[in-house]
Amino acid sequence: MLKKLAITAVAALTLSAGSTLAAGASGHIHDVDFSFEGPFGKFDQMQLQRGLQVYTEVCAACHGMKFVPIRTLSDEGGPQLPEDQVRAYAAQFDIYDAELDDTRPRTPADKFPAGGDPKAPDLSLMAKARAGFHGPYGSGMSQLFNGIGGPEYIVSILTGYTGEEKEEAGTTFYANTAFPGGWIAMPPPLSGEDVEFADGHSNELHHEAEDLAAFLMWAAEPKMMARQHAGFVAVLMLTILSVLLYLTNKRIWAPVKKAAKKA
Amino acid sequence: MSGIPHDHYEPKTGAEKWLHSRLPIVGLLYDTIMIPTPKNLNWMWIWGIILTFCLALQIVTGIVLVMHYTPHVSLAFASVEHIMRDVNGGHMLRYLHANGASLFFVAVYLHIFRGLYYGSYKAPREITWIIGMLIYLCMMGTAFMGYVLPWGQMSFWGATVITGLFGAIPFIGEPIQTWLLGGPAVDNATLNRFFSLHYLLPFVIAALVAVHIWAFHTTGNNNPAGVDVRRGSKEEAKKDTVPFWPYFVIKDVFALAVVLLVFFAVVGFMPNYLGHPDNYIEANPLATPAHIVPEWYFLPFYAILRAFTGDVWVVMFASWITGGIVDAKFFGVLAMFGAIAVMALAPWLDTSRVRSGRYRPMFKWWFWLLAVDFMVLMWAGAMPAEPPYSTISLIGATYWFAYFLVILPLLGVIEKPTAAPATIEEDFNDHYGKPAE
Repeated sequence: MLKKLAITAVAALTLSAGSTLAAGASGHIHDVDFSFEGPFGKFDQMQLQRGLQVYTEVCAACHGMKFVPIRTLSDEGGPQLPEDQVRAYAAQFDIYDAELDDTRPRTPADKFPAGGDPKAPDLSLMAKARAGFHGPYGSGMSQLFNGIGGPEYIVSILTGYTGEEKEEAGTTFYANTAFPGGWIAMPPPLSGEDVEFADGHSNELHHEAEDLAAFLMWAAEPKMMARQHAGFVAVLMLTILSVLLYLTNKRIWAPVKKAAKKA
Repeated sequence: MSGIPHDHYEPKTGAEKWLHSRLPIVGLLYDTIMIPTPKNLNWMWIWGIILTFCLALQIVTGIVLVMHYTPHVSLAFASVEHIMRDVNGGHMLRYLHANGASLFFVAVYLHIFRGLYYGSYKAPREITWIIGMLIYLCMMGTAFMGYVLPWGQMSFWGATVITGLFGAIPFIGEPIQTWLLGGPAVDNATLNRFFSLHYLLPFVIAALVAVHIWAFHTTGNNNPAGVDVRRGSKEEAKKDTVPFWPYFVIKDVFALAVVLLVFFAVVGFMPNYLGHPDNYIEANPLATPAHIVPEWYFLPFYAILRAFTGDVWVVMFASWITGGIVDAKFFGVLAMFGAIAVMALAPWLDTSRVRSGRYRPMFKWWFWLLAVDFMVLMWAGAMPAEPPYSTISLIGATYWFAYFLVILPLLGVIEKPTAAPATIEEDFNDHYGKPAE
C-alpha cells in the first residue's frame, strides 16, 4: 500500500509539472534564504517594517498597492505597527471620497494608494505573480525545494542592473541580468543607502532589496502564517486519524483474512 | 437494486413498516450501504470515495466563496483579493477550492487508469464507463470555467484560446464562438455565463454520479481478478464478497484520511504550486502573456491539440480530401475531442475476453506505455509549441490513438492470456493464504 501511495504522490507531483512554466528566456535568479520559507517559516516583523519603509520612500513614487488595506499593517504576523502609527501612516495619503465630493486623508480602513505611473505595475500581488524557479526542464520540480521564487525574483531584479542602457523608440531600457530578455524599462530604483533604517540595520543594496521583497511577500500573502499553522494542525490531526483508521481497518479485516489462511 | 443475491432490509417495528410501505427509503439506504462487494478489491479501488469527497468539498467551499465573489470584469479580481484578505477564513476556503480541483483530477485520472488496466469498462459495465466519461467531460467544463472566474491573465487568455477552438469548426464555428462568449470577445457577458454554468454543472455531475453508482451497483463492482461474483445463491455470493459496510467504508475512509493528509500539506504549505503566477495579474485584454498554459490537468489533451500542425501528413491529407474544410486548427480540435472519444469507446474497441490486465501479458506493457505517454504529453503540453516538443507531442498523440484504435482491437486476437483464478474467493485466498504473509 505504501508503494501505491508513493506512486500516487510522485504522480501528483509530476502532474503539477506544466503549470509552473512561465516566461521562456528567463534571467538569472539567485535563491535567498528568507525567514518565512519552509513549513515553519515566519515573517520577520522588523524586516517587514524596513521593507515598508523602502516601499514608501522609493517604490511608491511610481507603484501602488491598491488591493492591500492599510489597517493590515497592524495585523499580527505582519509588520505589526502600533495602531496610532498606522493611522498616521494612512493620513499621509489623500483619497477622493464620493460622499464628501472632496479629498480627505486616508484612514486605516482605506487601501494603499494605486500607483501614479500607468506603466508601473501594481505591487499588491507582485511576489506571487512572478516565478523565480522553473527547472529542471521546465518541470517546476525545483519549486518544491526552493519555493516558487517570487521574492527571489524581486531581489534579483533589484540587484541585477549592470549599468548598461539603450534607447529604443524613445524609451530607455536598462540591462538587467534577472529580467526575461535582459532589458527592463524600469530605471534602477535602488542603489544602496537609499533609506536610513530606524533600527540601524544595514542599508546596503542587497539588504534593502531583501527587506522590500519580504514586505511584498507579506503584502501578497498576508495570511501565510495563519495558513501554515492551519496546515500544520490539519496534517497532525490527519496523521493521528490515519493511524487510528489503519488499526481499525486491520482489526475489521482480520477475521476475513484469517479465514483465507485456513482455506 | 443489486443483481448479487444478499439480505435485504426487513422493517421490524410498526413505525418502520409504516414508512416502508409508503417510502422505502431506509431499504434503499440499507441496500446501498450493505451492497455485496468483491473482497479482493485492492487500493486502486479507493478513488471513487475520494472523488465523491472532492465533489462535496468543491460544492461546499464553492457555495461559501460565491457569497463573497462578484462576477463582473471590473470587480471580480478585487473580490477574490477581498476573499483572500478580509473574509474570515476566506484564504483557506479559496485555496481549498483551487487545490481541491487538482485533487479531483489526480483522483479521476487514477480512477480512469484503474478502469483501463482492470478492464472495468468491459461488459456489462459499458454504461458505467460512458457515464463516467460524461462526468469527466463535465468536470473539465466546470474546472475550465472556474479558472476564468478570478479574472486573472491566465483566466482571460485561457478563455480566449479555448473558446477560440470552437471558432475553428468550419462554417458554423464563428457563430458558435460568439454565442458561447456572448459577444465578439471574452468580456463581462462571458464571465457571467461562465459563473452561472460553473455553479450549475457540479449539480449535474452530482446527478451523473448517482447514475454512475446506480449502474455499477446493478452490475456489481469489477475487481482486480476481473472474474464475476458467483450469483447462484446467497451463500455462494457470500464467499466472494463482503458487505460494503463496514469493510470497505473503513478501508476507504482510511485511504481518504491519508490522501487528505497530503492534500492539506499542499494547501497549507504550497497552495500556489499548482497554479500559474500570471493569474495573480489582473486580466488585461491588451497584454498577451508570453505563454498561455492551461491548468495541469488539461495539458495532455492540450498537447494533442497542438501536435497536429499543418506540416503533418495526416493533416495535409485531411485538408486535401475535404477540399480545405478540415484545416490544421480544426484537425487539432477534432484530435483533442477524439482523444477522449476513443477512450469512451474502449468497451467496444477492446476485443479481449479477459477483463483484468493482470492476466494479459502483452496488454500490460502497452498499458504502462500509455500511462507514460499520458505523463509525457502532460509535460509536452506545458512546453512551447516548437521543436523538439512538437515532435514529442505528435509521437505521444499518435500512440494515444494507436492504443485505442489499433492495439486494443489487435491484442484480443493475438494475445494468449494467462490463467485467471476461477473465483474471487480463490484470488483472495491465493493472496492472503500464503504462509509467508
